[in-house]
Amino acid sequence: MTLDSKLPTGPIETSWPRTKFDLKLVNPANKRKHSIIVVGSGLAGGSAAATLGELGYNVKCFCFQDSPRRAHSIAAQGGINAAKNYQNDGDSVYRLFYDTVKGGDFRAREANVYRLAEISVSIIDQCVAQGVPFAREYGGALTNRSFGGAQVSRTFYARGQTGQQLLLGAYQALERQVHEGTVAMYPRTEMLDLIVIDGKARGIVARNLITGELSVHIADAVILGTGGYGNVYYLSTNAKGSNVTASWRAHRRGALFANPCYTQIHPTCIPVSGEYQSKLTLMSESLRNDGRIWVPLKKGDKRSPDQIPEAERDYYLERRYPSFGNLVPRDVASRNAKAVCDEGRGVGESGLGVYLDFSDAIRRVGEETIRERYGNLFDMYQRITDENPYKVPMRIYPAIHYTMGGLWVDYNLQSTIPGLFVIGEANFSDHGANRLGASALMQGLSDGYFVIPYTVGNYLATNKFAPADASHPEARSAVAGVQQMTEKLLSIKGKRTVDSFHRELGKIMWDECGMSRTAAGLQKAIGQIRSLREEYWQNVNVPGSSADLNQSLEKAGRVADFFELGELMCIDALERNESCGGHFREEYQTPDGEAQRDDEHYSYVAAWGYRGPGNQPELNKEPLEFNYVHPSQRSYK
Amino acid sequence: MSTAAVTPHENRAPNFWQSTNGKKVVMAVTGAIMFLFIIGHVAGNLQIFEGPAKLNAYGHFLHSIGELLWPVRIVLLLCVGLHITATVQLAMRNKAARPVGYSRKQAINSSYASRTMYWSGPIVLAFIIFHLLQFTAGYIHPGSQFIEGDVYHNVVAGFQVWWVSVWYIIAVSLLGFHLRHGLWSMFQSIGYNHPRHTPLLKKAAFVIALLITLGYISIPISVLAGFIK
Amino acid sequence: MKLTLKIWRQKNRGEKGNFVSYTMNDVNPEMSMLECLDVLNETLIEKGEEPVAFEHDCREGICGSCGFMINGVAHGPERATTVCQLTMRHFKDGEELVIEPWRAAAFPQIKDLVVDRRAFDRIIASGGYVSVSTGNAPDGNTHLIGKDTSDRAMDAAACIGCGACVAACPNASAALFTGAKITHLGILPQGKPEQDRRARGMVAQMNTEPFGSCTNIGECTGACPKEIPLEVISAMNRDYLVGSWKKRDDDVRVVRPMTEWSTGSKLKIDPNATS
Repeated sequence: MTLDSKLPTGPIETSWPRTKFDLKLVNPANKRKHSIIVVGSGLAGGSAAATLGELGYNVKCFCFQDSPRRAHSIAAQGGINAAKNYQNDGDSVYRLFYDTVKGGDFRAREANVYRLAEISVSIIDQCVAQGVPFAREYGGALTNRSFGGAQVSRTFYARGQTGQQLLLGAYQALERQVHEGTVAMYPRTEMLDLIVIDGKARGIVARNLITGELSVHIADAVILGTGGYGNVYYLSTNAKGSNVTASWRAHRRGALFANPCYTQIHPTCIPVSGEYQSKLTLMSESLRNDGRIWVPLKKGDKRSPDQIPEAERDYYLERRYPSFGNLVPRDVASRNAKAVCDEGRGVGESGLGVYLDFSDAIRRVGEETIRERYGNLFDMYQRITDENPYKVPMRIYPAIHYTMGGLWVDYNLQSTIPGLFVIGEANFSDHGANRLGASALMQGLSDGYFVIPYTVGNYLATNKFAPADASHPEARSAVAGVQQMTEKLLSIKGKRTVDSFHRELGKIMWDECGMSRTAAGLQKAIGQIRSLREEYWQNVNVPGSSADLNQSLEKAGRVADFFELGELMCIDALERNESCGGHFREEYQTPDGEAQRDDEHYSYVAAWGYRGPGNQPELNKEPLEFNYVHPSQRSYK
Repeated sequence: MSTAAVTPHENRAPNFWQSTNGKKVVMAVTGAIMFLFIIGHVAGNLQIFEGPAKLNAYGHFLHSIGELLWPVRIVLLLCVGLHITATVQLAMRNKAARPVGYSRKQAINSSYASRTMYWSGPIVLAFIIFHLLQFTAGYIHPGSQFIEGDVYHNVVAGFQVWWVSVWYIIAVSLLGFHLRHGLWSMFQSIGYNHPRHTPLLKKAAFVIALLITLGYISIPISVLAGFIK
Repeated sequence: MKLTLKIWRQKNRGEKGNFVSYTMNDVNPEMSMLECLDVLNETLIEKGEEPVAFEHDCREGICGSCGFMINGVAHGPERATTVCQLTMRHFKDGEELVIEPWRAAAFPQIKDLVVDRRAFDRIIASGGYVSVSTGNAPDGNTHLIGKDTSDRAMDAAACIGCGACVAACPNASAALFTGAKITHLGILPQGKPEQDRRARGMVAQMNTEPFGSCTNIGECTGACPKEIPLEVISAMNRDYLVGSWKKRDDDVRVVRPMTEWSTGSKLKIDPNATS
């Protein structure tokens, strides 16, 4: 299959405006004749549904939670980047573009990233107009903070709850359209299959999670804004409900899955405390602005942190990366934390942790200022660990946080199935092999508010849609497939719970396809996953029926997809014989332990086609070209 | 368009009086008017300490301005009526709002006075009816003969009956409780709350409620103790 | 540590529910309340019983999915903490925890500890926004907003929509929730043009739902995991009063509370399809 990424040609500065002009429009009177399905109600899905509703399309929006406001975008803490240059510190659209391409370790498309940087400016304006209470100076102007991977302050924030406030902005815009009648909202309704008719995505099969009813929804286009797949690791900072099912079922229907092995490990999470642990809690990366990261110089030093004198501490990030110090990008910070813990210098009971120390900052600016900046994060840390971070250094450890991979999309955010668009974290497009902090919110809103309304319009204007309804053979067979899978899961009645399988899968993934990977480990993992999956289909115990609220059944379907995804991730990681961004293959590193890319052989997007469970997927390559930011070894030293 | 999951059938919006917020505003305003009456009343009553002549003259004065007295009484009755109507309707709505109760429920943030408004109100009402029958109309006047116009005699003779005094003291104390919450709550209901002023308002409500209560119950206590004969 | 969990079990809205006691002998004090329920559910599934249904998602105290009563207190004994972040060290060894769902007519029961909070969405839909369509925005610094104002807006905007305020209120009133959004948008210059209409619309919908009335007693703010102040309720009252006084016609509409989940007949032809 040749991948047509529809990248614009010509100067990058004008490529999006030119593309916008070239995209065909739908006449206002015709808009209401088109229906669009949006799956997911987070920053991407929610903003897309709201904006398409405003334009006059007939929109149906689906989410599995009880309200669109619960989408996991809500948990983003730190902020959202925008090239406003309000701080007069040398920022520009071009610099944000440059930082993002470099931060992504030269594995993202330049044109997409440039568009993202360009739109970032409008996002802030739009959100302010919606009433998002961004932090401000006393004089009333918007304020910014710096964030990992950048040397300018371009991050807008609303305390430690930026994601919440941006999501509520989108949610409110969405509810406004619900009130207007342009958007029909379907909460507690989970997409379980994509309906493809005559080669075009024309609808979905969804399950009502309360009554168990399956329903068919037909439309002219389907947009997935269903988030990332970090929960394949079981323990991650994702919400418990976050899953890959919508994306994966679309993948099974023919949408290619790109760069699945690109996962991001967030350096500042609260360390795991026990077997029962259900998820990991993130502490915003913004903490690294004032906190200093260190471990004891000596191995196995069990003294309490205040007993360790300055000379016996190793501020390893400041030592190794003098110019970025504690603000190196996430992948670098995470890998270094793992390295010092592997050396036996980790802290805390498990030895899997490093200190994030605020005592210098408190001495410098006072406890009050620190409280002002991070109060809610400190409170949360204390709530969970029962330690007071104003007095004792925090203990942090990396955790799975974000997935850069996702369904392959072209410049118009359309997948390889015509009419199926993928936005936000669910697609692969903008972050390359590593995402910079405060860029996820930017991408979700950029796709939803400012890109998809144009590109979906173009698709609708240039295609014809044959009448179809739930009685169409494709719809019937999709429903039958879903019913069959549900019945199968309920009928196994084996010995093990869904969670126990999920936890075991997560352990395999974390050990072999986590922060660092080896060919041998990945091969082993593929074998383990396959046999675990086989056991799953014979020994899982899903209680209850399909006719009411059955949370075990919901999980069972999602975990079934995680098995297939996990295998694909390992295959992708194995195929990519280089280290780049979040993908670190131990065989490929520089003498001083930095990731070593192989641009000659691996400067491409790996887009995988589905060939059935357990079968080797089909690899398609989209070569990457860099005309503006020339690939170099990333240096933060 | 049909929206299976969120059918937006239109309904008429509730008007001001139909809304709970509107009723609370009515309760705040009527409560405030009744509060003014309570202040005036206690000020009048306390003249008992200046002797029979003064108090009886005050009583005559009130009766002599009949064309003003009745409008005032009508306004007060209206206030009582509206205050009670709103309360009853809200109470019924509130009961319906939680058809299945909790097996266990702890209050963690509210004052005792605020949680007892529902029964301090009705008891105070029952007392007021009794009080009017005793001192205004003279229908019930245990222990002595009601003398039209001799306010001083009626009060002293009335309170010399111990259970009248006890009933009076209990009812007025409940009125104090009612005021302690109501006095600041009325500001909240009409939309005034300020992080610095409201705590002061709450304190003031407490002090005013206490002073009013003390002012009222000083009379039966003085009668029972024999300070006033 | 050892704990007895006395949990409300109810199969669905139609059937009667009752309390069932579960003894847990091996509770780790570092666990969260929800992790404790996870452990219980694992043992229930292994025994072939149905696990306890409870709502949860982010487990970081921000999505607002989780919440139930523990010993008569919404979200349990720790202030400003949702049940997902409530660690078990706050309970005593051997204690009995009575766990029951939010109870309110406006939050119909779904199953066990899960209730239907769509009433909140309808309240937001009836005016909880700034009516600005995508693409209309002036530069973010066009309106200068003093830090104090912005902070106050943020205090109110921190609401996570969990429903604890309704659950804790003796009258099951939604005043704190509604007031929080009215306050957040009403004090920002962006929200001023619609201030009156927003208050009338949202209050009308709140009153159309079977919530009780506010008696200004403050249980809601005590239970609120984000400590939204009672001040927001007075702001709602003020905006509603002013809005009602100034209104010239009945231009707000409300929607009838929807409590059904069924989409009707199975696999019926989708009425929304354009073709």
